[in-house]
Amino acid sequence: MMVKVTIDGIEVEVEPGTSILNAARKIGGDAVPPAMCYYSKLPGTGGKCRTCLVEVAAGSAADPRPMPKLVASCSTPVQDGMVVNNKTSERVHNNRGGVVEFLLANHPLDCPICDQAGECHLQDLGYEHGSAKTRYEEERRTFDPIDIGNKIKLHMNRCILCYRCVFVANQLTENRVHGVLHRGEHAEISTFIEQAVENDFSGNMIDVCPVGALTDRTFRFKSRVWFLKPMEAERSCTKCCGKAVVWMFGNDIYRVTARKDKYGEVEDIDGKTAWLCNDCRFEHKSANDWNIAGPRVINRHSVISQGKYATSMEKPVKRIG
Amino acid sequence: MKNRRLLLEHVDVPGIDGIDVYVKQGGYASLEKALKKMSPEDVVEEVKKSGLRGRGGAGFPTGMKWSFLAKPEGVPRYLVCNADESEPGTFKDRYLMEKIPHLLIEGMILSSFALGANQSYIYIRGEFMYVLNILEKAIAEAYAKGYLGKNILGSGYDLDLVVTPGGGAYICGEETALLESLEGKRGNPRIKPPFPAVKGLWGCPTVVNNVESIAAVVPIVRDGGDAYAAIGIGRSTGTKLISACGNLARPGVYEIDLGLSVEEFIYGDDYCRGIANGKQLKACVPGGSSVPILPHFLVTKTATGEDRLMTYESLAEGGFASGSMLGSGGFIVFDEDQCIVRNTWNFARFYAHESCGQCSPCREGTGWMEKVLSRIEHGQGHMHDIDLLADINKKIEGNTICPLGDAAAWPVAAAIHHFREEFEWHIKHPSEAQTRNYGLIQQPVVA
Repeated sequence: MMVKVTIDGIEVEVEPGTSILNAARKIGGDAVPPAMCYYSKLPGTGGKCRTCLVEVAAGSAADPRPMPKLVASCSTPVQDGMVVNNKTSERVHNNRGGVVEFLLANHPLDCPICDQAGECHLQDLGYEHGSAKTRYEEERRTFDPIDIGNKIKLHMNRCILCYRCVFVANQLTENRVHGVLHRGEHAEISTFIEQAVENDFSGNMIDVCPVGALTDRTFRFKSRVWFLKPMEAERSCTKCCGKAVVWMFGNDIYRVTARKDKYGEVEDIDGKTAWLCNDCRFEHKSANDWNIAGPRVINRHSVISQGKYATSMEKPVKRIG
Repeated sequence: MKNRRLLLEHVDVPGIDGIDVYVKQGGYASLEKALKKMSPEDVVEEVKKSGLRGRGGAGFPTGMKWSFLAKPEGVPRYLVCNADESEPGTFKDRYLMEKIPHLLIEGMILSSFALGANQSYIYIRGEFMYVLNILEKAIAEAYAKGYLGKNILGSGYDLDLVVTPGGGAYICGEETALLESLEGKRGNPRIKPPFPAVKGLWGCPTVVNNVESIAAVVPIVRDGGDAYAAIGIGRSTGTKLISACGNLARPGVYEIDLGLSVEEFIYGDDYCRGIANGKQLKACVPGGSSVPILPHFLVTKTATGEDRLMTYESLAEGGFASGSMLGSGGFIVFDEDQCIVRNTWNFARFYAHESCGQCSPCREGTGWMEKVLSRIEHGQGHMHDIDLLADINKKIEGNTICPLGDAAAWPVAAAIHHFREEFEWHIKHPSEAQTRNYGLIQQPVVA
């Protein structure tokens, strides 16, 4: 039996046990709360960042009382007859703004030199819910850099502690060698005795990271992402599905990422999440390695989705100068 | 004695930490009564009748908590005792475990029997290693006497009891963080639902109770739930351990009947005997560091002029505007020489240090508040910082995974609410604030 839930005045029917967030994603558009830590492809994620807080105006048809606190929509299951306010609630708007302020309080805001800029979820979130000025006058927190290997760069100062990379290591790799050390403000992603994070699927940590805390070392400082053409490409690979997006400039491949949907999550292809192996991601940067199908439409991030390359490869935009 | 009634009745008897003296004083009689004459349901029923409310701070009725425990077929159930007492100002559980460990153990056996648990745990704060040794010795004695292990007192009921130390983190006093830690993981609170009563330790139904709640089951079974409920007022029944500290003439752990007036508790000869060194009362935190602070004119009287009593209801009267909470019973008293700004900063520093760092409002908010309060205390505050603190509070409160965020926000919010002038004075007179305290603020006494 399906349950009915109303989000921002729009009714939708979902399976029992579905979270409010996933019910909202079924509606789409403005009804969808932002999510920085929840990742539908990684069971167990969510509940931590608190950006997806929503107001439950009626708990269920059986018990229509409102919930006193805002709830994390990613980890609260819907009930039949539940009424949820997301975009339409002033309270949600205020508190979400508060969460964004907290996330940005100690963030270095070094977007001009950050490889994630242009496809960063925190940039998008700040643009939608942040304020123009900061009230944070204290010295920003910094961490000593640690080396986690020659493929992945950890930049802890940018981290928002979503724990997604920890779930990737738990669920996609055989041994997790990194995790969260310390607590509170000093909590940090780190490795056990500075061990390198090296296994066939560790590169997926880069794809799931919502900010620039984990970036591709083979792509480091090579180009801004919006100067590159995202192309759907495929190669035969024994370790993974081999279906990727290659980011090109002219005929050169600058980097390889997984195919992501409009929520920034790795897509399901043929019923399986299309995680990439490190071999495809880091070792195949020649156009000859890939069977390139055509342009990939990126419809999430403001800068890349300007549409420069989105519609057609036939008429490249002429640049001035 | 007036301040030693049910739990601490025999606490001063020499050798009470050993099983022989404990049994001579009537110990383990409740256990014999329960195992020989009562069914588990009877014990639950007595606890329900007693009106016992959780002594860890939240005050949730223990009998009701027990009745929520899911009982699926073929799945073990667990009872976990929360002995991770680390709230600043609270030291009642440590006193009880240290002085009369068998009371807790007897309570654990009774409660486990009532809940149908065959494996129970006492999760003890890592800093209490010496208490752990006391408990382990007591457990070994109980095994030797046949109060623990297989077929206890010939009743056919089996129970194993283990004491596990934590790593020394306040957050592990939160029940789901405690369970994570007990499972050997990082002590991060879990996202609820599911609650521990449905999915707790190792995914099995679990009840987590405070030390004092579990100890209180012993007199409840011995005298009956009705006799226990006869003590106290209204929904605040029985006795409560209060750990009184701060500028009191006689600080210490007292067992009071709920319903005692706050005035009697602070000034009475049987209790704290007034403020130390003939000073005056300035403020009081009646239930551990996470409850709102009360200014002197709201401590013994409520805003409506009624006598303030030591009950869950009376201390909360007036809500956050003019009330506080009984909380865990960590009764902290400040005399006229104490600086509220410095104290608020001290509490904020504690919560910033103890936040697990899992959810963003608490991780960033507690640290932010600590830094702003530190600046104000050290003479570098601005007037807009006071409103900033109040606003950070609002953004943390209710938006976090576990109650630590609320616990960090409330004391700061209440201090600003009641002592705003003192904060302003600190900011306006930065150099003076470094050398002297603001003193007893002259607020109008509510008639």
